[in-house]
Amino acid sequence: MRNLWTMLTATRGKTRLHWTDWVSYGYLIMGIFLMFGPVLWLVLSSFKTEAALERFPPTLLPYTQQTVAVEGYDDPLPLFKMTAGEYEGRTLAQLRRVGLQAQMIDPAKPDERLRVSINDREPLEEIYLATENYTSLFERFNFLRFFWNSTFITVTATALMLLVNSMAAFALSKYEFRGRTAVLLIVIGTLMIPQTVVLVPLFLVVTELGMFNSLWGVIIPGAATPTGVFLLRQYMITIPDEILDAARMDRASEWKIFWRIIVPLSAPAIAVLAILAIMWRWNDFLWPLIVLTRSENFTLQLALNSFQGELQTDWSSLLAMTVLTLLPIATVFMFLQKYIATGIASTGGK
Amino acid sequence: MKSSLLKTSALATVFGLGATAAFAADEVRFMCYSDGNECEVYEDVLSRFEADNPEIDVIVDVVPYQAILENLPVQLAAGTGPDIAKVTDLGGLNQYYLDLAPHVDRGYWESAFGDTLNWYRGAAGGDGIYGMHSQLTITGGFVNATLFEQAGVALPASDASWSDWAAAATKVAKATGTDFPMAIDRSGHRVAGPAISYGAKLFDDAGDAILVDDGFTAFTQQFVDWHNDGTIARDVWAGQGGATYQDAAQEFINGELVFYYSGSWQVGRMDKNVGDFFDWKVVGSPCGPSGACSGMPGGAGIVGFEQTKHPKAVAAVIDYLAQEDVYAEVTARTRNLPAHSAVATKGVEFQDASPAAADALSAFAADLSDVSPIAFAYQGYAGNRAMYGITVERLSQAIVGELSVAEAMERASSDLKAALEETK
Amino acid sequence: MLQILTPLMRIIEIPMLALQRRLGVNKLAWVFLMPNLVLFGLFAFLPVLLNVAYSMTGGDNVLLGDRPYVGGRNFGLLAECDNFLDPNSCREDKFWRAIWNTSWFVTLQVGIMVGFSLLTAIILNRDIRARGFFRSVFFFPVLLSPVVVALIWKWILQRHGVLNAFLDWTGIGGYNWLVDAQWAFAWSVFISVWAHMGFYTLILLAGLQAIPRDVYEAALMDRASPWRTFRRITLPLLSPTLLVVLVLSLIKGVQTFDEVYAFTGGGPGTATTFIIQYIYEEGFAGAPRLFGLAAAASLVVAGVLVLLTLVQLWANRKNVDA
Repeated sequence: MRNLWTMLTATRGKTRLHWTDWVSYGYLIMGIFLMFGPVLWLVLSSFKTEAALERFPPTLLPYTQQTVAVEGYDDPLPLFKMTAGEYEGRTLAQLRRVGLQAQMIDPAKPDERLRVSINDREPLEEIYLATENYTSLFERFNFLRFFWNSTFITVTATALMLLVNSMAAFALSKYEFRGRTAVLLIVIGTLMIPQTVVLVPLFLVVTELGMFNSLWGVIIPGAATPTGVFLLRQYMITIPDEILDAARMDRASEWKIFWRIIVPLSAPAIAVLAILAIMWRWNDFLWPLIVLTRSENFTLQLALNSFQGELQTDWSSLLAMTVLTLLPIATVFMFLQKYIATGIASTGGK
Repeated sequence: MKSSLLKTSALATVFGLGATAAFAADEVRFMCYSDGNECEVYEDVLSRFEADNPEIDVIVDVVPYQAILENLPVQLAAGTGPDIAKVTDLGGLNQYYLDLAPHVDRGYWESAFGDTLNWYRGAAGGDGIYGMHSQLTITGGFVNATLFEQAGVALPASDASWSDWAAAATKVAKATGTDFPMAIDRSGHRVAGPAISYGAKLFDDAGDAILVDDGFTAFTQQFVDWHNDGTIARDVWAGQGGATYQDAAQEFINGELVFYYSGSWQVGRMDKNVGDFFDWKVVGSPCGPSGACSGMPGGAGIVGFEQTKHPKAVAAVIDYLAQEDVYAEVTARTRNLPAHSAVATKGVEFQDASPAAADALSAFAADLSDVSPIAFAYQGYAGNRAMYGITVERLSQAIVGELSVAEAMERASSDLKAALEETK
Repeated sequence: MLQILTPLMRIIEIPMLALQRRLGVNKLAWVFLMPNLVLFGLFAFLPVLLNVAYSMTGGDNVLLGDRPYVGGRNFGLLAECDNFLDPNSCREDKFWRAIWNTSWFVTLQVGIMVGFSLLTAIILNRDIRARGFFRSVFFFPVLLSPVVVALIWKWILQRHGVLNAFLDWTGIGGYNWLVDAQWAFAWSVFISVWAHMGFYTLILLAGLQAIPRDVYEAALMDRASPWRTFRRITLPLLSPTLLVVLVLSLIKGVQTFDEVYAFTGGGPGTATTFIIQYIYEEGFAGAPRLFGLAAAASLVVAGVLVLLTLVQLWANRKNVDA
């Protein structure tokens, strides 16, 4: 493998790090910054309190104002660092604020009350992880139930889609028959109509078939995505016909050819489609939103978006929920991406 | 082999779960959306109802607001809607509503909810009882009192006009180095109050919607001018497009905004997120040159649908929520303004609200008396959503300069005509 | 992992073999196609046909049966225009603004995105360290929902956002990006490339795997330059996959909606209002719901897309018929 890909660019001399390697690593590091940075920030932000999320300018780490418990006061008092005035440099706790003046005390000497201008101080902040964003999710709704629904829909729909689409792609790439181009064009043609518009007609069809408020109403229409057929077909074209002919000589049935030869040889494309299908179904929102109305059937995406009201959105819960729903597919992706590299390059030796 | 066995049994469990969805006799589905904790509170209150009425099982399904706005009408048309829902398109969905009148005490409902019952009757009119207005909202101004104090500018009086406020807010912003003097939410509903104060009638003498008249144009001109001279934060109206809603609460919370025109539903958020950062208060709606000082009422309500299999149970649930003590409790816990007259008269002891928040809610409630009859009519008009949408889209275009004010008014007027034509 | 499925495949083989004997090898193609065609016909093709029917009706009722037939009126409304280049002269000015915005957007977005996806795929396909990690890095944005993508970039680009803080620090000075029509448009292109690049990178990565290694070994022998290897080997052998990417990215580009809608709402004014937003607002989110007009607009867009795709397929006919 190593020789194979380095030689794509690095050929002259066998020096280990060619300039193209430097460029590649430079690009990838920029990629981490640009592509992954925002995602990382999202994760950090999910640990911020609602008030911290609203603050300008946004901070990288979740901060909250430090407080101190002072004898004689029930609630902890917020701490400030004095930046000017006669108490400059001291750390004081605020009792109350009236307009531009604040009454403060030194936590070490709680008896003495000091009056300061609010312009002379800065809040003292510390890092605070608002884990309650996460824990409240589990109290608020049946998280496991939604997780199970999402998983069931994703797994079943992906399996169904992979099987049905790869069969169709096989037929469209390795057989000569009348109407082949027509079928292919119709498949691509339906892609042209945006999902937004088809939603209502599709809803009427699915309701007519009695799949309203059933997980199958999400699974089955999802398996008919045209993209998969097109993607797999274009990949299968590149598999040499000689391999099939040889198998036919050995009197292998067509199904066996499909299953034993085409599918393994298309592994990279199938892995890609599997990743995409899992992602599509897992993140699917608009369609489940219209088909599923009973909370026992809800998916994680529906629960996630239920934090969006008419006039207000509960961002802290929404972000925490986003991170939780992101974890499973991120894991699945890291697992499946290995299979992209096991195509003809490694199995095609036969 | 073992793993495939495991998989099959897992599948069987799923089918099993699907099959056990056998229903109790009277299962009532309540499709609810939250702007705060409303659905949680309903669920809690209704669990007591269920204890008293074991033959009725109420299930609250919490959905995104988008589902109520876009999908509910489709589901109702297909006959697959829920039994009860919390809605905001009060008059527009009237054709699907269940008339509660045969099942409830008409006298009680009429005295409790009065005029708001009209909002649910839509274009059809009549005297049916279709919905309970669960939360009343009213638009009004929030001011950053600390900034006024810092600038040494006195707060304008309660009968101050929009221009007085604009002048005062600009002075404060200049003196304190604050980014924006004023902001108004990006919503057709929010600017309706000020427009009415500027003399907009919205309807012609025959009661047909026209939206654009001299008063509306006058307000639009002023509004666009304020955007151009920096009185109003451009970010809110010019930073967005289409009919999307955008508020300026974040700017206000960060002390970058002197005067913010929004509504009573923001009180909870301000209370929680401003904290001790500055003092804020609610000043109601400023007045226009025509002398009116109108805000815009609004809110959400709970309705039952005709296609339910259990009309009696549905009516019982909604009637329970409409009872004075229950209504008062829900209002207190969700920190909303009551639409129930008896609850409103007695006053609500808002739960966990700071003194500032309680004052703010009272100020909003007091401002209800200033609301113009046109505003009430507008809120009750079944086609108001179309008008809100047109307002936002065309005003934004005038603000960013894609259209002149005159062109925008012409477009708004013809948009409305086309919409009315289509739904006739 | 696949071994689990072997018994199942054996079972399917029995009826398939019987069918093969009866129908012959070539007709068996239809058997392979059938499950997909049934699902596809019911859940993709039938709704599209219904959509065509909707486009010829008016009113705001949901059910087709309740809607009055209006013939080609909706198409007429869309085409009522004095000068197609000046949206203000059209009856449906928003439609034409959206059309022009979308055209510009797609031209920029598809070009930039396919270019960067190809570059990324080639780099990720090299023998680099931590390849799995880097692949994930470029793919993660695809996993985020549009609302979250928009939220992240709003945080970064808002007046007090991270970018402005950085620009202030460097002394260049910040800017109110999202209130400026041109910048809002440019950032919309950037965000949609950011959010979808990983998708196409992944497809291209799989395509690169299909290129037999001995071809490269031959190139190595000939001491071909990297650029030449890329032009003469990678590009031609990748072209079936590249075709998928071009066709899909064009279609998806024209259908760009949710992340930009959540990001700018189509603003300022109508600067980033694209065609799907117009359809969505006319037919679904707005009031009254003009399904007919929305369906008609979607068919107009579909017509244009079909033409563009046919051109692409024709230009690549070698790969389509291969």
